[in-house]
Amino acid sequence: MTATQNKEPIFGTPIFDGEAAIKGYALNKMCYSFNGKEARDEFLADQEAYMEKFGLTEPQRQAIRDKVVLDLIGVGGNIYYLAKFAGMFGLTVQDVGAQQTGVTLEEFHEKLRRAGD
Amino acid sequence: MARIVGGLTTSHIPAIGNAIHKNLFEDPYWKPFFDGYPPAREWLAEVKPDIAIVIYNDHGLNFFLDKQPTFAFGAAPQYTNEDEGWGIPVIPPFKGDPAFSWHLINSVVHEDFDLVTCQEMAVDHGFSVPMQLYWPNFSYTDIATVPVMINTVQHPLPSPARCYRLGQAIGRAVASYPEDKKVVVIGTGGLSHQLDGQRAGFINKEFDLTCMEKIVDDPEYFLDYSIHDLVRLAGAQGAEFILWLTMRGALGGKVKQLHSNYHIPISNTAAGTMVLEAAE
Repeated sequence: MTATQNKEPIFGTPIFDGEAAIKGYALNKMCYSFNGKEARDEFLADQEAYMEKFGLTEPQRQAIRDKVVLDLIGVGGNIYYLAKFAGMFGLTVQDVGAQQTGVTLEEFHEKLRRAGD
Repeated sequence: MARIVGGLTTSHIPAIGNAIHKNLFEDPYWKPFFDGYPPAREWLAEVKPDIAIVIYNDHGLNFFLDKQPTFAFGAAPQYTNEDEGWGIPVIPPFKGDPAFSWHLINSVVHEDFDLVTCQEMAVDHGFSVPMQLYWPNFSYTDIATVPVMINTVQHPLPSPARCYRLGQAIGRAVASYPEDKKVVVIGTGGLSHQLDGQRAGFINKEFDLTCMEKIVDDPEYFLDYSIHDLVRLAGAQGAEFILWLTMRGALGGKVKQLHSNYHIPISNTAAGTMVLEAAE
């Protein structure tokens, strides 16, 4: 278990770097705005108009409409900003984890519990 | 002269903020986690620190990607907690000590660490949850704080070695502060967890236990690790272990472990709580 300086990609592990930051800027900026209640209300009242206001790309808009987290990451979303989006719909990081790993919420909880064995 | 009396570690998961708000201390899911804190609070009641330096990461409250600093130090008289978007209750502000903050800033920049300095700063769950855990019922209003924000949101993140050395510089800065103050340093975040991607839910107990063992007597064990190594071994967000290493750097030489608690899972995370007392 020593350091290897191994830079090989890690399975299923997105690295939010400069490239992703450029790609996802509008999407993340919109999600950052959800810190404020007025912004959340405005989005929920008319999500298409709100996405237009932030200049999201069409694939970003579709990923928001679908609420598919892996797609949102694929179009440059950063998980901390996406969590603010998911939170508006009452989704926790376990819901988000279950969705990304293709298991039920209960199966995801069980996987976390088993990690302690 | 000021001196560091010791260091604390704790996870800073937002769900903990909700659990505190709902008084879930005896709930079977939460009890093994919350039971890790009374011994640490007893130590704090005994040593009565005047100032807490809190090493944390902002998760998109005070900073956005338009300006993402690697290191940012608070230098404000007060730090506010604000709405983070997903419903953890906003809590009363935290007290600052601008004179002490500026002493740290002057000293650390003099040692070639380039910082962002903040005379206004909102602090999110990364900061507020640890403060609530260690000073419950809003008793944190008695202690002055210095938020030290380290970027773990956007790569490249500062390396484990860089963070450890920043901690050492913080330690020297405290030791040269002319007023008689007792300082505690809190390393927040961790341990292993991953929120994003098909590996979401990744937890590595073996590596966490190594972290909790080595942070006591052999923190330099991690200095050859890259961020990529930490992401692989501790999960994408487990790289927050650099915040613990910063704390440990500040403590310097020998420390005595007075208490530790490890629990899986809280939310998606392995939670580690430790009390390390600095050698006299």
